[in-house]
Amino acid sequence: MSKEKPPYILLRHRDIPDLDNLEVYRQNGGFKAFEKVVTQMEPAAVTEVVKASGLRGRGGAGFPTGLKWSFIDNKSWPHYVVANADESEPGTFKDREIMEGNPYQFLEGVAICAYAVQANVAYIYLRGEFWNLAASLDQHIAALEAAGLLGENLFGSKYSLRLYTHLGAGAYICGEETALLESLEGKLGQPRLRPPFPPSYGLYGKPTIVNNVETLANVPLIIERGAEWYRSMGTEKSPGVKIFSLSGCVNKPGNYELPLGTTFRELIFEHGGGIPGGRNIKAIMAAGASSSLIVADERALDTPMDYESVPSVGAQLGSASVIVIDDSVSIPWLIDKTTHFFRHESCGKCTPCREGTFWMSHLTERIANGRARREDVELLYDVASQIRGKCLCALGEFSIEAVLSGIERFRSDFDVAVGEVQTAAHVEQVPASD
Amino acid sequence: MMAKMVSLTIDGKPVEVPEGTLVVNAAKKVGVDIPVFCYHPKMEPVGMCRMCLVEIGRPVIDRASGQPLREEDGSLKIQFGPKLETACTTPVSEGMVVLGATEKVKAGREDILEFLLTSHPLDCPICDKGGECPLQNLTMGFGPGESRYLYDDKKHLAKHVPLGELIYLDRERCIQCGRCVRFQELIADDPVIAFSQRGRSLEIVSYSEPGFDSYWSGNTTDICPVGALTTADFRFRARPWELKAAASICNHCPVGCNLTLNVRREAVSGGKWVLKRVMPRQNEAVNEIWICDKGRLGYHFGAQNAERLEKPLVRKNGELQPATWQEALELVTERFQSVGRGLITLASGRLSNEDLFNLGKLTRSLGGKSILYSSMAGGDLTTQIGFAPGTNFADMGKESAILVVGSDLEEEAPLWWLRVRQAAKRGATLIVLNARQTKLDRDAHYSLRFPFGTAAAAVLALVNTLSPKRPELPESIQELARSSELKAAAKAFAEAKDAAILFGGDGMGLAETQALAQACANLLLITDHFGRPNNGLLGVWPRANDQGAWELGWQPSMNLPADLAQAQALYIVAADPVSDDPAYLNAFDGQKFVVVQDLYLSQTARLADVVFPAQAWTEREGSYTSGERRVQRYYPALQPNAALPPRVESPGSRRAQVLTGLRAELDGPQADFAIPAFLAEKLGYEGFVHASASLVFARLAAEAPSFGGLSYQKLAEVHEQWPIVGRSDLYYGGTTYENTQGLGVQLPLAQGGASLLSWPQVADFKLPKLGGIAFPITRLYDRGATLMHSQLLHKRIGEPYIILSKQEASRLKISQGGFVRITFTDAERSVVVQAKVDEGLPERVVLAPRSFGLPISGPTPVELKPAG
Ligand SMILES: Cc1cc2nc3c(=O)[nH]c(=O)nc-3n(C[C@H](O)[C@H](O)[C@H](O)COP(=O)(O)O)c2cc1C
Ligand code: SF4
Ligand code: SF4
Ligand code: SF4
Ligand code: FES
Repeated sequence: MSKEKPPYILLRHRDIPDLDNLEVYRQNGGFKAFEKVVTQMEPAAVTEVVKASGLRGRGGAGFPTGLKWSFIDNKSWPHYVVANADESEPGTFKDREIMEGNPYQFLEGVAICAYAVQANVAYIYLRGEFWNLAASLDQHIAALEAAGLLGENLFGSKYSLRLYTHLGAGAYICGEETALLESLEGKLGQPRLRPPFPPSYGLYGKPTIVNNVETLANVPLIIERGAEWYRSMGTEKSPGVKIFSLSGCVNKPGNYELPLGTTFRELIFEHGGGIPGGRNIKAIMAAGASSSLIVADERALDTPMDYESVPSVGAQLGSASVIVIDDSVSIPWLIDKTTHFFRHESCGKCTPCREGTFWMSHLTERIANGRARREDVELLYDVASQIRGKCLCALGEFSIEAVLSGIERFRSDFDVAVGEVQTAAHVEQVPASD
Repeated sequence: MMAKMVSLTIDGKPVEVPEGTLVVNAAKKVGVDIPVFCYHPKMEPVGMCRMCLVEIGRPVIDRASGQPLREEDGSLKIQFGPKLETACTTPVSEGMVVLGATEKVKAGREDILEFLLTSHPLDCPICDKGGECPLQNLTMGFGPGESRYLYDDKKHLAKHVPLGELIYLDRERCIQCGRCVRFQELIADDPVIAFSQRGRSLEIVSYSEPGFDSYWSGNTTDICPVGALTTADFRFRARPWELKAAASICNHCPVGCNLTLNVRREAVSGGKWVLKRVMPRQNEAVNEIWICDKGRLGYHFGAQNAERLEKPLVRKNGELQPATWQEALELVTERFQSVGRGLITLASGRLSNEDLFNLGKLTRSLGGKSILYSSMAGGDLTTQIGFAPGTNFADMGKESAILVVGSDLEEEAPLWWLRVRQAAKRGATLIVLNARQTKLDRDAHYSLRFPFGTAAAAVLALVNTLSPKRPELPESIQELARSSELKAAAKAFAEAKDAAILFGGDGMGLAETQALAQACANLLLITDHFGRPNNGLLGVWPRANDQGAWELGWQPSMNLPADLAQAQALYIVAADPVSDDPAYLNAFDGQKFVVVQDLYLSQTARLADVVFPAQAWTEREGSYTSGERRVQRYYPALQPNAALPPRVESPGSRRAQVLTGLRAELDGPQADFAIPAFLAEKLGYEGFVHASASLVFARLAAEAPSFGGLSYQKLAEVHEQWPIVGRSDLYYGGTTYENTQGLGVQLPLAQGGASLLSWPQVADFKLPKLGGIAFPITRLYDRGATLMHSQLLHKRIGEPYIILSKQEASRLKISQGGFVRITFTDAERSVVVQAKVDEGLPERVVLAPRSFGLPISGPTPVELKPAG
């Protein structure tokens, strides 16, 4: 059931060679949108267009982007824009491809956002391992300044803008927007208490918009082609396209730019080429390690990947890093990986996450290595439940998703792991959620 | 302006609190304890520990009408959120329903506690916090009976990590609440400790040199909710429940921090009572719940030790030899009587009101002269336009202006620095006017610099911009006087509803501070900032009770060496002029009769004919008058003499009889107020009391006008303070003691005279072309007799040094830490000291810390040479 591939919107470098060259980018309409907003549009009107497009944040939470911009506090100045390029969720590698292949579209998005909220300085916060990317972005920024597309009095207006890159020091938590801001300020990367939210109290206590790289990369084309055009793709509540980072037990892992609402089946079997070695798909993690485990039954495979549909199979779309798990994988082994990740990445600021992830990882380690008793599975479930709803930020809450869903939905794997093999492996029905 | 009030219910109890109040505090106000670890009522909430979980319901508001929806029975429709919420981060809102005792809440708190205990060693039996630890208390209340956590997996970490030589960290016990880090950053403004690493590896580290370099470090051991932080002074020395507590007042500086002295009777000390630690005692109008490390760790001079004077000494055959009280008193009586008007009594503000009252009265009766031993003048003004009753730094904010002039406030009076800074943070206009940079500049709205030696002129420059009767300004201040910043500062000061001035003696001696005080008084008078609460003049005095001395009529002498030299007899109490300045040696020519009354055999005492051993402030009762003119009582913690049974009995009791019997044959050190009274008794004077400090105070109140109507009962009065601290509850304010023994009383202002408005004489001050001028500065940690007995602080105190300008250092070819010979030309004395170089210092200016063995009581000409 193969379709004609429509032109790329975010991964345009796959269609257009050398798009990371400013000349090439400009020949393809680049920076027209930025020039248009600066010379012809009121800042608030820019926000209105983005609002009308229905664009939602691609960093995980899916928060409406235009609405966020409209929250900027105009009683407090200066304003800042921060692009979240921390991309640390296991299984997520989309922002990197945008920044490597199509950097100017992303930078133009940052610039348009900055104009919309009248920020004169914007930062790009990159995970520490992206040092080479930071270096190339610095060159692109220099090229933009040389071309007069960044700097003072842009396009003859009063508006000025400078962009700076900043490298993190290798902590997953610094992708969380308030921990990111702390880190950007030079402090220990720990989340802040919210409210206040960044649009009223952000970088250095000033109103700040934090957006994901992919979110911002959408913006130039929305301005250029209009909100209606953007809404013509995707679903009503999740308009537009999304880059799905596909990985795990799949023949063709990689980034796939598809309209929101594409089914898991299409992504995994059509684009991803199915499961290797003739094995069967067992589970799906839709949002990297922060995901609950979706039982990969027929219903799940036919579920559209958009913000409103994925919850019906007991999960969230998140950053859409789809990890495929086949029947060769033991779920206790898998959650041992995720709990170790969270134990390692917990910032330690709040008790339930700091202590709970540590305790969980001890238990999963024993379970995965066949050193556990049946009670340890119950205890693991208890500990995870104890964490739920008590954490200061979402990391702690994410850390229990795979654990709870794993035990609830793949109990038989745990029985095997603790030596209580049941003859007929049973898979519990996924509870429908509303 | 009153804040809007909000009504809510907490566990069914209705509460009305100001808008913005946090749920946890609203609960405390109606007696509902919500357990906290990371929240501290003196700091902004952070929501880290998640212990304070409660269920919160809010009225449902109809979107269309904006009105709250109601149930059928007319009550408000309340909606509860799906999650528990943290009471410490949630402000109250109208109609809120808080539930703190439901099964869900209990289970939530149990969960958090269980998590904490997976990491915690629970070594309460050997923990210094055991007995006053909220984690221990909570574990008893909510903790799981049994651990579900495998012991093998427990965290084992270093238990004796020095964060410096003063404070130790037990990493196993730390629950990562961040209180210590936040205190150091937000309150102490010394962010020298921080979290390192992340997750379960988070640990407190210090990255200063020396470690934990802050005058405030001890406070973190109070507010640490577990036994993770302890002072090197107290750790493993006693268990909290073995300690007895006596209310006291710090006597290191004029703030008058309220203290609790903890004592224990111990076998290792031969069954004696021993001073084990000094803790803060809450007084929200004085020190809130804090004390500086000098107050906390610098108490050893007041403890009993082998160097204390035990018996009177009388010079026989040229040697000081032990004598009985009878013998010593008789000798002194006889000699004092014979010199009469030739007597000079020199006493310092280290003494209590009662001591100074009796000493002054005795001296007057003999026709002699009383002199306050002090490097600062101006107290005649602070008694008249000082802080009026009702003044409290805590009430200074947006409508106030505070001028700090000629003072390195954190070094001179740490708690005032802390409170002035907080007033500035609340919005008070802070003007810092100094010859050099100080820590308070960080919080100043106006940071102004005057040339060294021109403090009074600088204040006159402020006056000059405001007053039609413009005082004339000397040349050296003109540049500052013309600056727009100074004009703006003067305007802000004049226009503030309330304004206060703190003046100190940084770089100044008596003459300079006299002029400065007068200039400050003029500024207050022309701007009408005196005579009502939160206005007036505050002297940052060198000693704890200098203000009390001034109130009782004591004054320093403008020419002390000459006065002393002319006297026929000297009675020197709690002062050691000879170690401060050898120039005083001339007064001790062997001709005159010298009596010294002190705790130790000081340099001056060594030259005396008779030495009286005095009781330390820990061993007796008394009262001090703080710089803010608050009279505060302190109570005895130790017995002055192991031979004496414990004190304070009703008259006629068996013990009182014993005491009366003992008086005939006095033994051991006596209170400073009692000794002059014994002398008076022998001289046959009426109206002296020596039996108890409270009786002396009653006399004092009858005779000294501003103390009229006061009594020890009045000074002991308390009222409830906020925040509530020091109780064994779960709303944990720290180990600060609750104040049950008295908040003290602020004195009314004395009636001022017209003389106030005369302009001070300010001659122009120019630095010399050759040589240099040494200006005295105050360091909190000095080499004075009251601190050197605290061994623990020696490293921080350091060796004698001076501070030089960059130019001077390069001229002398010495670098940071090199040695230099400094000659005080007037005193004809030279010493070799270490040199520190301060880039910001003007050429020809040398800074010399007081009480470091350098003869410096005011700006002094010096010559410098490289040494060794
Ligand atoms: C633990 C944690 C990690 C996160 N990591 C990232 C990240 O790497 N990149 C990102 O864009 N957003 C990340 N987020 C989401 C951000 O907090 C924030 O919601 C996002 O940057 C907002 O941008 P958007 O509205 O464009 O999605 C993370 C959130 C959490 C709780
Ligand atoms: S939930 Fe985890 S990552 Fe988030 S603040 Fe708490 S400890 Fe840090
Ligand atoms: S040392 Fe004490 S105050 Fe500091 S974080 Fe640890 S438990 Fe909290
Ligand atoms: S601030 Fe002054 S009174 Fe308070 S503890 Fe320190 S030295 Fe003592
Ligand atoms: S989270 Fe409220 S007291 Fe720690």
